[in-house]
Amino acid sequence: MKQKKIVLWIMVCMVMFISGTIAFSQEPAPIPPSEPEEAEVPPSVDPDVPSNVTAKDTPNDDGTSITVTWDIPPEDSGVVGYKILRNTNGGDFEEIGEQLTPLDTYDKREKINKYKDSKIVKDTSHAYIVRAIGANTTAESQQTAAVMAKAQWFHTGEIPLFISMLIFCAAIVGNVYYAKGGKDIFVRRIPGLEAVDEAIGRATEMGRSILYSTGLGGVSDVATIASMTILGQVARRTADYETPLRVPCKDPIVMNVLREMVKSSYLDEGRPDIYNEDNIFFITESQFAYAAGVDGIMLREKPAAIFLQGTFYAESLILAETGNSIGAIQIAGTDSEHQLPFFIAACDYTLIGEELYAASTYLSREPMLLGSLRGQDLGKLLIFVTMIAGVVLELIGINWITTLLQRVS
Amino acid sequence: MLTKLVSMDRRIVFILVALAVIIPMLVNVNLPVSTSAPTQKLYDFVEALPKGSTIMLAFDYGPSSFPELSPMAKALLKQCFDKDIGVVALTLVDDGTTLASTLIEEVAAEKNAENGEDFVFLGFRPGITQVILGMGTEIKSVFDTDYYGKKLDEIPMMENITNYDQIDLLVDLASSNTTEAWIIYANVQYNLKIAAGVTGVMVSQMFPYLQTGQLNGLMSGILGAAEYENLVEVQDKGMQYINVNSFVHILIVLLVIIGNIAYFTQRKREE
Amino acid sequence: MKRLIPLVLCFIFGIVMIATQFSPHPISKRVYEEVVNGALIISPFALVLATVTLIQTHATRILRRSDHWQYSFVVFAGLITMVVIGVPFGPKNTVFEWLYNNVQVPMDATMFSLLAFFIASAAYRAFRARTTEATLLLVTALIVMLGNVPVGNLVWNKLMSWTPWVDQASAAREWILYNPNLSARRGIILGVSLGVISQSVRIILGIERSYLGGGD
Repeated sequence: MKQKKIVLWIMVCMVMFISGTIAFSQEPAPIPPSEPEEAEVPPSVDPDVPSNVTAKDTPNDDGTSITVTWDIPPEDSGVVGYKILRNTNGGDFEEIGEQLTPLDTYDKREKINKYKDSKIVKDTSHAYIVRAIGANTTAESQQTAAVMAKAQWFHTGEIPLFISMLIFCAAIVGNVYYAKGGKDIFVRRIPGLEAVDEAIGRATEMGRSILYSTGLGGVSDVATIASMTILGQVARRTADYETPLRVPCKDPIVMNVLREMVKSSYLDEGRPDIYNEDNIFFITESQFAYAAGVDGIMLREKPAAIFLQGTFYAESLILAETGNSIGAIQIAGTDSEHQLPFFIAACDYTLIGEELYAASTYLSREPMLLGSLRGQDLGKLLIFVTMIAGVVLELIGINWITTLLQRVS
Repeated sequence: MLTKLVSMDRRIVFILVALAVIIPMLVNVNLPVSTSAPTQKLYDFVEALPKGSTIMLAFDYGPSSFPELSPMAKALLKQCFDKDIGVVALTLVDDGTTLASTLIEEVAAEKNAENGEDFVFLGFRPGITQVILGMGTEIKSVFDTDYYGKKLDEIPMMENITNYDQIDLLVDLASSNTTEAWIIYANVQYNLKIAAGVTGVMVSQMFPYLQTGQLNGLMSGILGAAEYENLVEVQDKGMQYINVNSFVHILIVLLVIIGNIAYFTQRKREE
Repeated sequence: MKRLIPLVLCFIFGIVMIATQFSPHPISKRVYEEVVNGALIISPFALVLATVTLIQTHATRILRRSDHWQYSFVVFAGLITMVVIGVPFGPKNTVFEWLYNNVQVPMDATMFSLLAFFIASAAYRAFRARTTEATLLLVTALIVMLGNVPVGNLVWNKLMSWTPWVDQASAAREWILYNPNLSARRGIILGVSLGVISQSVRIILGIERSYLGGGD
């Protein structure tokens, strides 16, 4: 056993040493590709006339721009810049905008010169001329056909995203029906949620209260909604055990929903008599004043169990450390991934990211919710497969998955 | 003794931290500050802007993060005023207006910058998403007047500024998730270049955006502020606080080491 | 019926808001903006609700003489002072500004700075080399802490003088933040994002109804 551990340690150290040496011998931070250097232009050469100049309604926009494109001239073309001329309804051509450098108009992806005119007159046709500027002289292209900008109803560039969304939603809905059919669905153990009963039981035995915070999120935050559902389940158990449940709120709307939620949990358990509305109360909307308020409650009332579930920012550790100092059993859960280290350091159990969303399903074991959880896992599987396939294909020089994903983003 | 050391009373830790904060403040220690790549990138970007460019500065922090983020704002403003770069300032946080206006006025007085000519402070409007998206179309549609009640049409600096197209860089000084909102709505939808200065606890949250190039530079907490002050050659709070920060860091490292030694000694004895 | 109307509204608005994400048309943009503005209009009402609840809670506390009821007077004193000065004279008023700069700023900054003390005590307790994983976490944390501050570089150089990594404290920190940290973070973010989509689909389809205040 001990030998195995030593071998493991040597391996870890070697991997760290090698990767560290490789990493530090390279540039520490990957810097995104910089703009291409501006090409040097030979002086006093007449510029080439811009070729293949076309003007089209910009695709996938709200009908407020027209895009002009033209070919990239050869290196010795003598072009130092461009000016765009435009007419309206067949009138005279006028210069629009500033002088553009070849760098301004160069489109890296399509390898073409491009200018987007975003200051068009609505419902009017425009024609364009591109004027190439040389060291001393200029050269103008032919005028383009007149075009009118149109708004599009569907963004064709987002078709892959749309299809992935449909697949993902179908996986969820399909699995909800699968679960409705009475099929058994496995859910892995989440220790933080197994401990809910233990925490409530401990508070009951000690005759102390339970403190529940939904964090700083508003009612539209998914984490807050997930937290509300967990509170509903916690309230059912506290109603059973007659343990006082205190819920300080940062958002008045959340507070009202929570009151309804807890009340119906107490009703469901047949204990409306012990429900006390004053136990779910508003403190303040200010972040640190809220932290101070909740800390105060912890120190004065010394709750035996503390639940910190929802969206948290820098106050996470202030709350969790105070809770730790009074010896309460603490169960945290958040999707604010930057606060996870603090909760993990100071709390007994932490629900990491999506575990928070799965919590309501886990606690209620409702088949429909379990089905949606299975659908979510299928979506994750799809992402895994795409990632692995993308890496493998990229390694053997095929890069269509990467290109597709870059397009989508 | 050993048990006491393993589970040291947190009040002793608190006293030690307090001492590590107070002593370096009283004794003037100057530690050499090197510059990290993300801070250098922001500095180089602003340095490379030609005279007459415009940057937007979002004071998206409240009083709690004031000590950490205001040195960054000061250093950046000084650099802009020295280089004749126009500054359009605003805040997306309701309790940030007073802090921002006081700070801008203070730096402007020091650098002889004129309100309306060299800088504009737009103030606060509610709704983060709406404000960011609205300014993409037209700044005037969101802020019809500046913080002092002057119409934007009457402000000389705003004559040629309609929307993000005329802004060369946005620097978000943030203590919450506003930087993400700027990236999602202003960078992705309007191609506005973005850099940020954030509190120490948020730094690791920003690295994904730095790696993808969506952030054109980043000042990380008080270290970032000190680095920037060093780059623009001003001695201010950032430099002073980084010394305090250094001592507290070293204290924590020592505490962790002591804790581990005590823990292992105790475990060995028990065995 | 009491539940049907909110569920139908939720379904319609959910689908419409998704549709606006795929359409660049001005009408779609307008719908999106109007719905978001509508949500914004709710906040002043929430403010009224908040004030009423706050007054109610603390008034009840004083009337019932419940534990620590004396503190509720402090709440009223603060509330009345800020309203009396702030509402008629606005935030640019000198008294208001003075109170803001000398009361709220230091109090907020104090609360935030408590974090330094709590980080120290949490780190002291949590960073123990109990297992292999905990040891890795400990070593990583120490490297990041050394890379964070100028003095860390001096300590690092002393410790690393026998290795090829002299002067690399900051690079080591960045390597950790860019590689292991970012990979783990991206994994969590992917899971969270899928969780958000799944939860949203459940809400739009009316499978998840907890936001309506519990019950079925």
